[in-house]
This record gives sequence, structure tokens and C-alpha cells, in this order.
Amino acid sequence: MSKSKQNFEVNVHYITRVEGHGNIYVNVKDNVVENCEWSIPEAPRFFEAMVVGRSWYELHHITSRICGICSIGHTLASLKATESALGIAISEQDLKLRKLALHAENLQSHFLHLGFLVLPDLMGVGSVIPLASTNPAEVKIVLQLHRLANEMSNLLVGRTTHPQRLIPGGFSKIPSMSELTAIRKKWQDSIPNIQAVANLFKSLAAKLPDFKRETEFIALTDPNEYALYDGKLASSETNAVPVQDYLSFTNEYVVPQSTAKWAKHLRGSYMVGALARLNINYDRLSPMAQETAEAFNLAPMCYNPFMNSIAQLVEVVHSVEDSIRLINELEKAGLKTQPDYNKPEIKVKAGSGVGAVEVPRGILFHDYTYNNAGVCTRANCIIPTNQNHGNIQLDMNALVPQIANKPQKEIELTLEMLVRAYDPCISCSTHVTKINSDDHKSN
Amino acid sequence: MKPKVAFFDFAGCEGDQLQIANLEEDLLALLGQVEVVNFREVMKERSDDYDIAFIEGSCTRLQDEDRLKQIRKNAKIVVAIGSCAAIGGINSLKNYKDLDTVKKMVYGENARLFDSYAARAIDAVIPVDAYVYGCPIDREDFLQVVKSLLLGKKPDTPTYPVCVECKKNENVCAFERGQYCVGTVTRAGCNSCCVNEGTICWGCRGLVDNPNENSHKEVLIKYGQTVDDAINKFRLYFGWQEAKR
Repeated sequence: MSKSKQNFEVNVHYITRVEGHGNIYVNVKDNVVENCEWSIPEAPRFFEAMVVGRSWYELHHITSRICGICSIGHTLASLKATESALGIAISEQDLKLRKLALHAENLQSHFLHLGFLVLPDLMGVGSVIPLASTNPAEVKIVLQLHRLANEMSNLLVGRTTHPQRLIPGGFSKIPSMSELTAIRKKWQDSIPNIQAVANLFKSLAAKLPDFKRETEFIALTDPNEYALYDGKLASSETNAVPVQDYLSFTNEYVVPQSTAKWAKHLRGSYMVGALARLNINYDRLSPMAQETAEAFNLAPMCYNPFMNSIAQLVEVVHSVEDSIRLINELEKAGLKTQPDYNKPEIKVKAGSGVGAVEVPRGILFHDYTYNNAGVCTRANCIIPTNQNHGNIQLDMNALVPQIANKPQKEIELTLEMLVRAYDPCISCSTHVTKINSDDHKSN
Repeated sequence: MKPKVAFFDFAGCEGDQLQIANLEEDLLALLGQVEVVNFREVMKERSDDYDIAFIEGSCTRLQDEDRLKQIRKNAKIVVAIGSCAAIGGINSLKNYKDLDTVKKMVYGENARLFDSYAARAIDAVIPVDAYVYGCPIDREDFLQVVKSLLLGKKPDTPTYPVCVECKKNENVCAFERGQYCVGTVTRAGCNSCCVNEGTICWGCRGLVDNPNENSHKEVLIKYGQTVDDAINKFRLYFGWQEAKR
């Protein structure tokens, strides 16, 4: 820390290269941090109120619109909640296809974050646009991988954003085995490109700030696989519990500077996302993914939030390797075809259900109650970014004094990089509300 | 000189801007024709000097109106992209609820700190010159609209319903399958993409100009559906348009 008296102000209004609207305000006077605030001015959208009064077969379509980037994850969490409430089972084949859909989204989102949002900071530019002329080979590789992830999403769910084929009880349409083996071949052929991206990040890794702050990590966990689609709710500090008990973990509360709610468990805040998953489930990563983590000296417990981007890189490798494995299994079992416009037989009844899925930014919960006509009477959704807001704030509180003697520009960039490392999805996080059927007059 | 373009977002999921990012190599080609001066989701630089403004998301609170008016003042052409901006979209579902109750449920005693009103399309606040419909927008459709604007032409917007495209694609009619579909009165241009994927038309592109209501009623009667069913389905995306009518 510098001996001279430090005075500075950082005021980032609408931080760029993140999803949604967030502000950073820091004010330091005579070496004393007077203000340090991460605030969310995003317009709230009230999804949980919007879905009350709507039918069980529409909820996944509506809640998909909470987020353009993680629309597959929202759809899957929504379907799992509905299926649990109505007692609907899905086939082993559909389970594998859904896991593939989730990998597709993880790949789409992680490539977007790493290539378009994080890389410019490490290369010292404002966006990926100038990189297209200075580093055309690297940009071409990132675009190729991102396009392939989109192609995979299209194949599994019929869209790149806001899926269509995912419906209660399974799929309205499934890909053919030859389409699946074709996408498998493309991923196998892309492994050198993924390694090239990993090498690029390796060469820039020194630009990631060396900062750490102990915190709690929360993610799904499963003894048999790196949990993404399903599992128990785990913390880095306590025993795992069934996802139905999620409210004992999330404890949301309102803060005045944010239209999004915040969350805490055992400490002042906790972190979800790729780094939380890696810290909790490291030994179930695919072999090549573990090698990638080792190349960056990334192993549990890692308390540097800037390493979340590297954890995403590790997950990219895992998702590719695990997708290849899942397609191999589907091929071995023989893909059962299903009729066009498939519509599983479903018996509607009253009930409640919770669905939890690991989406690119962390654990996502949907929790619904339906009446005996299958109309939603209560909904609660807890989004990863909400769970991270408190952790971002506490990281900032710890980070600002450590970097206060740096030039103003560098302080500003470091704080922006911190927020970007969490890959926040702010539109998602301002969906908020809990509402009961008695409190409004919808049909 | 290349036209300067800017992207802005209001209440929405940013899925439409994501579709633009998903143009991949076509995005690079597009960047050869225009200069992007504002795109908060992907770039750090920003400027108030632009010719074309693309706006995503609905307007859902008074404080956002000033920002919209400023964008209108700066831009020669304003384009509403996606259902939320173009027709009010899924956000208008909340317009059927009592807003004060909803706000108090969310923020409790802090409710007064957080501003919100009925979700509305952008053209409820400022004049809009062109629309790209859909939830999300279709990438090809977006490129067509941009091409037209760059050539100084008015973009071509279909004035017929999704049923026309669906028939061409030889899909089995959703009503025949015992499902309810709003493709009969929804603006085409999506190539009936949702029905092609085995589901129904949800109405995301909004009501077509001059919908054939009598014929729609006949369909409802033929398949034993009630007007209440229809109204409930229309509300998913048509809420703001319905209120305007």
C-alpha cells in the first residue's frame, strides 16, 4: 500500500460486456474507503407473478424468457419442477438428450463469455471487434467453436435461443442418430481448436489478478458424475441436502441498491458457478478437463474469483468429452425413434415441485405449485446471479484496499474484470417476486 | 462513410442481441458495412453519435422513457427488435395483475423505491421506423431488415398469418392434433419454426394486420375451443396489442 494519501472515485455506470445493467461506485478519501457499491438498476420483470394463472404446459415456454443466454437451463429447471409436481417420469434416452442440451448451452455460454467478454480485457482492447483484424486466427477459432455449440443447441432443442423441442415428459422432436454422430465428429475434430483456446488463455493467465478471499461455494453434486442436470445440493462447508430444501441455503433478502435480491448461507455471501462446481466436484471432471485444470494450477479449493473464467474453460473441455460419451452411449443402446409432434400422455393433478439445474452461471432453482386443473398458483425462481451479487460486493470490499495505490484506470479495469469474471446475467436476476394465488385476480 | 449503429436494451432477456452475436461470420461481414458505436453487451466504447438505433426490450417504467426519447433524438432511424420491443411481448403478462400488490409482494416496505408500470412496446413511447419481430428474432430476418435500411428501402414485413408458412411446410395442423395454436392470427416471417419443431405457434410475432377474426372463430368452434381459451392464449404475447385495440 502506498504511503501517500489516496483519493479517488470510480463510477462505472452500466458496466459493459456483461448481460444486463449493473453499476460500480467506489469512493476513497485519505486512504479510507467511504463507498464501495455494486448496484443493480435493471428494470424488474416480475416473472413469478406472470406465470401464476398459466397452465403447466406453458410454464417452461414463459420462464425460458427470463434469460436469452441460459434459456435451455431455465426451460430444463422449469420442466423438472413441473414434472416433479405432476409426477411425470422421463425415459433414460430423453434424460441423455437433455444432458446433451445442457452441455450445448454450457458450451454456447462459456465460449461467448471467454471469447467475447473476457478475452478483450486480457488483450487490452475494448471489444472483440478490433481483435478480428489484429488476431484473425484466434477470433476465427472462437467463432467456429461458438457456432458449433449453436449448431448442437439447434440439433437438440430446435433453436439457438428459447428452445422448442423440450416439453413436459420429454421431447416434441428428437435428432436422428446420424445427426448425433455428425455433431460428435465435429466436436472430436475441434479438440485441437479448444486446445488452441486453452493455450491462448494460458499465455495471458498472468493478466488475471492474484486475489483471493475465502468464501462458501454452493453447487449440485452427484457421486457418479460431474453434476449439471441433477444432484443433491452441496456446500463447500456443510453436508449435502435434497434440492427440496433449497430455501435453507438461499435465504434471499432485499438491499436498497438493487432491483435483484441477494442471498446468503453460512457466511456473509456465497458463490455459485463454474468455480463453485469445480471446487466441489473436481474429481468427477473428465480426464482431459482435469488436465486442462492442472495446466492452470487450478485445483480445489481455489478462492480467486477471477479464476471462474478458467473454470469455465475447464468445463468446456468437460462438456465436449462428456457429450462424446453420451452420444456413444445413445449409439450403443440404439436410438429409439418417436412419432412427429410427440406429446407424452400426462395426467394433470395438484402438486408442488422443485427443479434445480446447474446452468452456465451456477445453480438455478424453479419451484411451482399447481392446482388440480394444472394451473400454476405459486412460483419461485432463484437465479445464479442473485446468489452471486452479495459475493461480488464482499469481493469488492476486500479488493479495493489492495489495489488502491494503482493508477485510476487500472483500479477501474480490475473492478470491471471482477464483475465480468462472475459472468453475471443481470436480466435474469431481476425477475424477482413471490406471489400467492390469493393475492391477485388472474384466471 | 459507414453508417453508425447502436444497440440498446430495456426490459428483456437480451436474447435478440444474442441472436446478433450468433451471426458469427455474418456478423464480421455486417461489421464491414456499418460501424458499431454502442453495444454494451459486447463492447466497452460508447458514443451518442449514431444513425441507426436498435432497441431490445419493453418499456416498463417511467424513468426509462427519458432514455428512449434521448435515443430517438440521437438516431435517424429507430428499429424495435424482438417481441418485447416490437409488440410488448411476454412482459405484458404482468399487465393483467394488480401492480401495487405485485410490487409489495416483491420488495415489501421498500416497494416505493422501485418504479414499474404496465409493460409496453417501444412505439408506445417514441415513434419507431422499422420492426424485427419474434422471440427471439430470426437472424436472417434481422439481416434482411438491416440490408433494406442500408439501401434506403422500407423493410418487407409479411402481412399474412403463420398458417400460410405452416401449410407450405406440410405440417399437420396443431388443431388436428388436439392442441391450440395461434398461428391463424399471428404475423408470419418465422417459417412456422415452432410447429416445425413439433410444438405450436405461441404468437410471439404478434397479431397480423387485419386478422381474420370470423374465420378464427370458425376454427375455434370446429375444434370445440372456447373464446376464453383463445383470450388466454392471446395474452401470452398479444397483451399490449390487445390493450391498444
